[in-house]
Amino acid sequence: MSSATARHAPEAAPSPATRLALYKSMIELRYCEKRAYDLFLQNLIKGTSHLALGQEAIAAGYGVAMEAGDYTFCTYRGHHHTLARGASMVGVLGELMGRQCGLLAGKGGSMHLTSVDHGVMGSYAIVGSHLPIAVGAAWSAQYRGTDQVAVAFFGDGTTNIGAFHEALNLAVVWKLPVVFVCENNLYMEYTPIAAVTAVEHPAADRACAYGLESIIVDGNDVEAVYRVALDTLGRARSGEGPSLVECKTYRHSGHSRADPAKYRPPGELQAWLERDPVPGYRQRLVADGVPAATLEEIEREAATRVDQATEVCKASPPPSVETAFTDLWADGGNAWRN
Amino acid sequence: MAELSYRDAVAAAIAQEMERDQRVVFLGEDVGAAGGVFKTTVGLLERFGPRRVRDTPISELAILGAAMGAAMTGLRPIAEIMFSDFLACCWDYVANEISKLRYMTNGQFTMPLVIRTANGAGSRFGAQHSQSVENWAMAIPGIKVVAPSTPADVKGLLAASIRDPDPVLFFEHKSLMATKGEVPAGEHVEALGQAKVLRRGDDITVVALAAMVPRALEAAQVLASRHGLSATVIDLRSLVPLDTRTILAETARTGRLFTVEENPRLCGWGAEISSIVTEECFYDLDQPVVRITTPHIPLPSADALEDAVIPSIQRIVDEIVRTAGSGGKA
Repeated sequence: MSSATARHAPEAAPSPATRLALYKSMIELRYCEKRAYDLFLQNLIKGTSHLALGQEAIAAGYGVAMEAGDYTFCTYRGHHHTLARGASMVGVLGELMGRQCGLLAGKGGSMHLTSVDHGVMGSYAIVGSHLPIAVGAAWSAQYRGTDQVAVAFFGDGTTNIGAFHEALNLAVVWKLPVVFVCENNLYMEYTPIAAVTAVEHPAADRACAYGLESIIVDGNDVEAVYRVALDTLGRARSGEGPSLVECKTYRHSGHSRADPAKYRPPGELQAWLERDPVPGYRQRLVADGVPAATLEEIEREAATRVDQATEVCKASPPPSVETAFTDLWADGGNAWRN
Repeated sequence: MAELSYRDAVAAAIAQEMERDQRVVFLGEDVGAAGGVFKTTVGLLERFGPRRVRDTPISELAILGAAMGAAMTGLRPIAEIMFSDFLACCWDYVANEISKLRYMTNGQFTMPLVIRTANGAGSRFGAQHSQSVENWAMAIPGIKVVAPSTPADVKGLLAASIRDPDPVLFFEHKSLMATKGEVPAGEHVEALGQAKVLRRGDDITVVALAAMVPRALEAAQVLASRHGLSATVIDLRSLVPLDTRTILAETARTGRLFTVEENPRLCGWGAEISSIVTEECFYDLDQPVVRITTPHIPLPSADALEDAVIPSIQRIVDEIVRTAGSGGKA
């Protein structure tokens, strides 16, 4: 990995409590995402879904570092980021399953997870669209004089769409409290990002075009992500303007449910599985003297929560048909004529 | 009452609302220091400062995206897209984001924002700066569509749009900018979704929008004086919400309905009205609904060509007389 992070990343290790929080978050994301996969196989989740197995360290690192009032803007691969801000597993899995208990009562689905109460300001399924929206939320925070920061997570493919560039330019010109976090998992969808991008590092190499520092971080190292998160959030909060961070990572599964990811060269997945952020961090904690029993307890609790959430969702009815006709307008209805 | 131009009424409405509500902010290309390319926002920067009146780069995605993010987090932004044709550059925000977020999130957000844009022909700007695109917007669930024809309505309906908790696409017509009219003094706010009956006749009903309204009114005078036809003229003022009650009542009373539309023919707003009227007051009709529209072509630039394709007073009169005859109800 590039050493570009060194300048701003505090070298001190996170506190023991923070380290456990990071591990707990990653475990919950991993277990819940695996459950989503299982529920697909059981046909309890319909439609599509975009799993982020392997990318937990980025959502967890930022999720733990963010303050309660901060804004998260996700892509359609947003399960992790939604959960990492504290949204309930029942709400997330229920939405994937199209149940009444879902975060959006079944009106949004996997690609639009939102929980305003937790600062999750939406998951956007048009590539790049949420970057300017995050800029707007940051503009609003600046205008209202709060210290809120907006964080937009996006994939490497987003760096080739216009909204990415328009958002970065405006954020810099207006010096807004927004952090752009690129999750470079090497593939835009089915196509390697390197095959369709003019530069080696799709986000970081574009930073200089907007007068921003080039920041690359090992996206599978949760503590590295956490340190960069603290730094970029802190800069935004103190009025120093936006940052663009490129996290190098890898998704263990295909782009979506329909994609078996046969385009990957032999051995690539295996190599990245060896760098899996979740067991990798566990080994590191154990090596640093964290009792295995402590980690096992975290794992047991997460597994129990996922099981319980699954049962609640299975027992939840589908949304009533009337739900399809509510909340187009602020008055709660959908009337377009008198 | 005070006489204002259509363009000055825009700034008057924005100023009225910015004065009243600190949450109202305004952004767009050349809107501040330059006062807008149509001079609709002159003086706002000086009065409210660069914090609330913000010049943006030529970045339509960023303009609407930023407005949306601000609306989701407590502000009431007004975003200007210089020409309505440019909405095509940021249609994602109109069609996929702004209009859908409240619904998709089961009501977790409200979206109090206004997109103002200069719409319509008459300036000889050619096919990419002259379109009437109100029918594009009307096709999307979740966004209100307003298009005033007078300075008073510009002020009253723009103020109402800014206060509305839902997103509004507000079309200002380029060829009406210099027109003048009486505007009520003091605070002026109209209700969205109410058509206005501008004159009442017994033989036919003409429904028009924006720049087609003054043409429909003039055509009605010609029809009365030369053809013995007495016309009701309705200014729709908003397509969403659509005041079908007024349209149906006047159509049922006169038995004949004509729409005058600047948008191109296919799926123009009159097609929906025609469909509604046919379904809901068919037995009150004395003849088929007739739509008078711009043909289904891109707009040409030369004045002779542009004038030939946009519905003119003469063409409105001719189409009505051709189908309804002269001398009143048969």
